[in-house]
Amino acid sequence: MKKLATYGVKPHDAALKADGKQWSLMEKLLLGLTLDQYIGQVLRNKLNWVLAIIFAIGIPVIIYRFIFSLGAVTHASYDYPWGLFLGFGLFCMVPLSASGFMLGTTVEIFGRHDFEPIERLALLNGLLGYFFAVVYLLVDLGQPWRLSYPMVYSFGPAAVLFLVGWHVATYLSVQVAEVSTAFFEWIGFKRGYDFIRKGTVGLTVAGIILSTLHQGALGALFLYAPGKVHPLWYSSAFQWIHFFTSSIPAGLSMVICVSTIVIYTMKWRCDQRFIDNLDRITISLAKGAAMGLSTYLIIKLIAVAHDNEWAYLATGWGTWWLLEIVGFVFAPLVLLSYAIRHKLVGLCRVGAFWVVAGIILNRLNTALITFNWQLYQEIPHKFEIIISVTIFAIYVTTYRFILNRLPILYKFKPQADE
Amino acid sequence: MSKITRRKFLAGSAAGGAAMMMTPAKKAFAAGSFEGFPDGMGVLVDLTRCVGCRTCEAACNVEQKLPEPALPFDDTSVFDEMHHGQKRRTTDKAYTIVNRYEPKSADEPLYRKIQCNHCNEPACLTSCFVNAYKKTPEGAVIYNSKVCVGCRNCMIACPFHIPAYTYSSVLNPVIKKCIFCYDTRLKEGRPPACVESCPQQVMTFGKRKDLMVIAHERIKKNPGKYVDHVYGEKEVGGTGWFYLSNVPFEEAGFDVNLPKKPIIDNVKDFLAIVPMVLTIWPALFTGFHLLATKGKSHGHGDDNSHDKQEGH
Ligand code: SF4
Ligand code: SF4
Ligand code: SF4
Repeated sequence: MKKLATYGVKPHDAALKADGKQWSLMEKLLLGLTLDQYIGQVLRNKLNWVLAIIFAIGIPVIIYRFIFSLGAVTHASYDYPWGLFLGFGLFCMVPLSASGFMLGTTVEIFGRHDFEPIERLALLNGLLGYFFAVVYLLVDLGQPWRLSYPMVYSFGPAAVLFLVGWHVATYLSVQVAEVSTAFFEWIGFKRGYDFIRKGTVGLTVAGIILSTLHQGALGALFLYAPGKVHPLWYSSAFQWIHFFTSSIPAGLSMVICVSTIVIYTMKWRCDQRFIDNLDRITISLAKGAAMGLSTYLIIKLIAVAHDNEWAYLATGWGTWWLLEIVGFVFAPLVLLSYAIRHKLVGLCRVGAFWVVAGIILNRLNTALITFNWQLYQEIPHKFEIIISVTIFAIYVTTYRFILNRLPILYKFKPQADE
Repeated sequence: MSKITRRKFLAGSAAGGAAMMMTPAKKAFAAGSFEGFPDGMGVLVDLTRCVGCRTCEAACNVEQKLPEPALPFDDTSVFDEMHHGQKRRTTDKAYTIVNRYEPKSADEPLYRKIQCNHCNEPACLTSCFVNAYKKTPEGAVIYNSKVCVGCRNCMIACPFHIPAYTYSSVLNPVIKKCIFCYDTRLKEGRPPACVESCPQQVMTFGKRKDLMVIAHERIKKNPGKYVDHVYGEKEVGGTGWFYLSNVPFEEAGFDVNLPKKPIIDNVKDFLAIVPMVLTIWPALFTGFHLLATKGKSHGHGDDNSHDKQEGH
């Protein structure tokens, strides 16, 4: 795309073409390029080649899973009923997608319109993360075609998963509504846009409620397994608070990470407003992340004190716990604070990637690594890893497809008069 | 956009949303405080009597129409089998298994039969989001494969590592576990196949509360023979099957660190905050919104900018 720009090709970013004509849908899909230009640009991009290789290996494995059962792609373990699909796909993707409700709250509820340039990116990040968490879930469920059963057919309301199911489903629709404004602009459906815009505050508040509850609920799911999760990662009083508070730095850092990748690889798609504001916003987001992270750190320590688990720190698991807490919570916190203090955007970005890694480590620790600590450790089946990576690659592809087209990183230039 | 319409929308959506999600939360409390059935049946298992003959395994296999095992039921080499450093456990092809232990405090090996304990407040039941499990008045914890989605949360939740899953099935994978021979026997008041088959009378079938009295009497009448604990009397809220042993229970492979309260009690604190969040949050954040945007002519900067652009 960069190359094309030097030839004076301008991507689709307004309701009308420069000469005042309407864009056709095909033209919109091709970003306003000709077919040849578009294909040339796809082939030039090295990431596409990497993705193609992943798909070539991974998609057949996914098909294999649906023909030959879960048992063929996992270790079919009775002791580790949840493997990578949920351990990573559900428990990591959901907190990393908490960005939607947080930025929504900041902009729409607290009226901080200085965050607006990144609001849509945060909303999209939320929507896609949740959507793909559900995709992971569909691969993992024994009978995915019964996904709607807890909603319509048979209710198990005492179950935390029931809450998660309902909330993720409702929240997904809320997010679709929120992101649909960008879509309506893009296809040029103004009435839809106005309709949703009117309900923004309602949608945002619904988002906050649902997010508080299901982020926490993911933690509460482990309350069913008091003897199985290692005590250092388990706290009957604080588990849901841990998951909820850590989702705040997780979501904010994820937005920083995505915006960083975007600004380095898709700058052509960002408008001046986004580019000019990004550094300032990155630092503000980092501030939020650092605040969330310090709260999280404190509650983590309180939980250990509350259950009087200090003795465990002297064990091997304790060392592992300290590595997570010091290496992936405390260290990035120090880095972020330093970077914010000295307004170092680059360091904020490094810190954000670090935080994201830390959250992933924490969720994997809770769901897989320290799970059944008294039994044995399970190493996921290679096909399980391949499928997880492939779904992630589909996520990246979809993400990019949308960012390339919808007015997420740029502001749509509306028709002059109506 | 006027303030009125926005607020109306807000009130409408928040109330609607709350009502929709309140219902399950309320029901959750009702379901969560389930205490088990007073007249439920149970089984008292006396580990001191078990000789490890595996007759019960064979009986269960026939009764539940399970596939033939790789090794015959009189093969004792299975006691040496180790999987990931663990002794055998229940699987989708064996609802009950007998393991051998070498307790420190006894000279002889000890055998223990493992199957579903038919908890009073089963963790599997309360964790299932489609309510596939049912605790019957007779005391059995049974499972309805017709509604199971296959999330396997029940396997996570069961503190005794009992439910297994038919991972190898593509179209209809289901949970498999001991069902107290509910369909074929318990319903008619008959003892389960494994209990009846045992040549050593290891297991006694009867009303749970009567059996509990017998268990304590047995401990009292034979001083020094048993450790003074009935495993399953209090563990995770009490189980339908419970155990007597001559060695400390941890030496017989039991998890002695389980909470006395039912597993669901752990989760109640969290479920209790649900209605709070649902009722307080909307008011709180709407308040924030009104405060934060007070005094701005349009109340909403983004609308404002769009309004201008779109020439309203
Ligand atoms: S032992 Fe496990 S499977 Fe059986 S009733 Fe109790 S929780 Fe459920
Ligand atoms: S696997 Fe089936 S029975 Fe077990 S919790 Fe999930 S839906 Fe319920
Ligand atoms: S009660 Fe029935 S299903 Fe359960 S272990 Fe005994 S024979 Fe098998």
